[in-house]
Amino acid sequence: MSTTTETPVDQSAHKHTISVLLENKFGALNRVAGMFSAKGYNLESITVGPTEDSSVSRMTIVTRGDDAIIEQIIKQLNKLIDTLKVVDLTYDSFMERELALIKIGTTPDNRSEIMQIVEIFQGKIIDISHKTVTVEATGSGQKVDAIIKMLKPFHIKEIARTGRVALKREFVGEA
Amino acid sequence: MTQHTPTSPQRQMTGAEIFVRSLIEEKVDIVFGYPGGAVIGIYDALHDISDITHILTRHEQGAVHAAEGYAKASGKPGVALVTSGPGATNTVTGIADAYMDSIPIVVFTGQVALKLIGNDAFQEADIVGITRPITKHNYLVRDVNELAATIREAFYVATTGRPGPVLVDLPKDVMATKTVFSYPKTVKMRSYVPHTEGHQKQLDKAIALIEKSKRPVLYVGGGTILSNAAEELTKFARKTNIPVTTTLHGLGAFPESDELSMGMLGMHGTWYSNTAVNYCDLLIAVGARFDDRVTGKTDAFAPEAKKIHIDIDPSNISKNVKVDVPIVGDVKKVLQQLLPQVTALDTKDWIQTIKNWKEEHPLRYKNGKYIRMQHVIQTISEVTKGNAVMVSDVGQHQMWMAQFYRYIHPRTHLTSGGLGTMGFSLPAAMGAAFARKDLPIISMSGDGGIQMNLQELATIREHNVPVKILIMNNGYLGMVRQWQELFWRKRYSHVEMFGPDYVKLAAAYGIPGFRATLTEEVDDIVKKMFEIEGPVIVEFKVVKEENVYPMIPAGQTYHEIIDVPNEQTVPVNDEQETDLSLVTITKG
Ligand SMILES: Cc1ncc(C[n+]2csc(CCOP(=O)(O)OP(=O)(O)O)c2C)c(N)n1
Ligand SMILES: [Mg+2]
Repeated sequence: MSTTTETPVDQSAHKHTISVLLENKFGALNRVAGMFSAKGYNLESITVGPTEDSSVSRMTIVTRGDDAIIEQIIKQLNKLIDTLKVVDLTYDSFMERELALIKIGTTPDNRSEIMQIVEIFQGKIIDISHKTVTVEATGSGQKVDAIIKMLKPFHIKEIARTGRVALKREFVGEA
Repeated sequence: MTQHTPTSPQRQMTGAEIFVRSLIEEKVDIVFGYPGGAVIGIYDALHDISDITHILTRHEQGAVHAAEGYAKASGKPGVALVTSGPGATNTVTGIADAYMDSIPIVVFTGQVALKLIGNDAFQEADIVGITRPITKHNYLVRDVNELAATIREAFYVATTGRPGPVLVDLPKDVMATKTVFSYPKTVKMRSYVPHTEGHQKQLDKAIALIEKSKRPVLYVGGGTILSNAAEELTKFARKTNIPVTTTLHGLGAFPESDELSMGMLGMHGTWYSNTAVNYCDLLIAVGARFDDRVTGKTDAFAPEAKKIHIDIDPSNISKNVKVDVPIVGDVKKVLQQLLPQVTALDTKDWIQTIKNWKEEHPLRYKNGKYIRMQHVIQTISEVTKGNAVMVSDVGQHQMWMAQFYRYIHPRTHLTSGGLGTMGFSLPAAMGAAFARKDLPIISMSGDGGIQMNLQELATIREHNVPVKILIMNNGYLGMVRQWQELFWRKRYSHVEMFGPDYVKLAAAYGIPGFRATLTEEVDDIVKKMFEIEGPVIVEFKVVKEENVYPMIPAGQTYHEIIDVPNEQTVPVNDEQETDLSLVTITKG
């Protein structure tokens, strides 16, 4: 590890989306999360779930670091005994999605404005009460950030975000 | 074979019996352990097994260090067995130690019954959670049908690739459940396939650098010994005429009697090895990991050199120091690949330069009426001629043992290098003694460290383990005192210590005990301790405030190296010595 302790935001620290396939075994998430905290790596989000093969889990990790740190993260992930495959999607074309549930306190006059915003972002209202609406938003992390930003002026009561899932894009055509 | 009645392969066995049978399948002949409620069934199954010797240590930490010592000295995996809860947590320091030093051990811990896990049951501890960051891998066995395969896998993981400790947690009820025993012949893990051969493309690049080099240095680490590659390394160095420096763990990988040897490098390395590394144009790291105790400030380490790095663990590569040619692979395999492809270099001038440095800056100390640790170590070195297993603890004596003993063979220098665990030496030497019955085993501790696993004297006595136990008594936590002297304005904060009368202590344990206080007594007492069969305790009362040099202070560069000062004034028992004589030694 480097010994620099200057600015907290390192300009060379880019965001990376890393996809990890692991043996679907007890404690796998703990091993990965524990490795990140033990080594002091940044962990922006981590998601885990089953894949088409029930013996394998896919983990999608969003992290930040300069090239040397990302290289170490990938090596350390590979070093875990249960790891089958690690791919840094960042340099590939990849699809990513995140889901957020956003509960907003409403008044009779702002409800339609909220619904308009949700519509523009192709979100859904999935619950409604006299005083709240709950919005489901899916899309890239940026898109989810954007809708949350647009809804900020209203009274956001609670947010739940899943963190990112991602897969490599197979289609290679004109950009 | 076991003393059980012959059984058909279909016979149902308890988990405990399967455990014992699995160890026999793994050719485990010795287990260091400590029983308790959660493993009482396993101990029952062990009771009438003659294939496996069980050594009851007096503390679980001792059991793990003993397993480490056994593994380091023999190259075979060490095994420890302990109960749940406190038994398991007592293993943590040993496991962390094995992890840092890549020692293949398998630690079996008892666990409360599956249905009680998570209930704060009596003697429950989440040892799998606790040891996750300090094991290479760990397992909780939830089904007796997975027990044999898990044990097979545990040994495989511990001993292959970059070795390391593996822990297997055994719930009490699982071990009481019956099933048919069948031990897997092979292990196939799709997620773990260590690759051992170096890539030819990388080898080509390395060879090109080697051929161009005028001032090459081999920087050899413990990985070379772990991979049993001392012979290949020695051939490689001699064929190419490349001088060799080793890390603390690399000692013994290359004979220090060879003129190519420069001894140890790093914080307390020889002046000339650090100088050679500073001026070399090619550094070949072999099974070494650019540890901070070796490099000091990383960007000033070997600043003029192209760097080749051979290591089995890809995560070691470019972790601390960026290298030009990484070769991922098992050191032995890679050296075997390289050997036929390299030719002799003309390094005569370079070797001559190093020789001059050796003459100008040898290792040295002032000897006098009162005992210097350096002198004791040098005496033992001369008597044993490299044919002994030297096991140090942590502190000043550890560094002197690295400097003043001349290592010739691999697996003859055992120490806790990565974690720096005081209390390592005594139990590790005991473990080593079970592995190497052909060599004298010397455990050397400071007066601080000896107190940390002193209880194992009882184990040593009980089995008459022939360990020569040397206690280097300077009345201080010497290494900490040295730092306080040099970097903290000599404010000696909590480093002076009372200790017991070690000769009486030896007597209390029924072990022959001696004390030496004068230099003139050293020869005789060393002779005597080797004459006595079985364990011996010798306390050396040594000068109190001697410092270890050369020294590159932590995080600094080669240019800040402090060579041995000409005037080391050493207060001894409030009396100034006058008649001092300079002693020098050089490695190689
Ligand atoms: C378990 C543990 N606690 C503390 C330390 C810190 N430490 C490193 S060297 C040292 C002094 C050791 O003193 P002693 O055993 O007398 O050996 P000496 O340096 O005097 O040869 C200490 C306290 C350590 N390495 N390990
Ligand atoms: Mg001491």
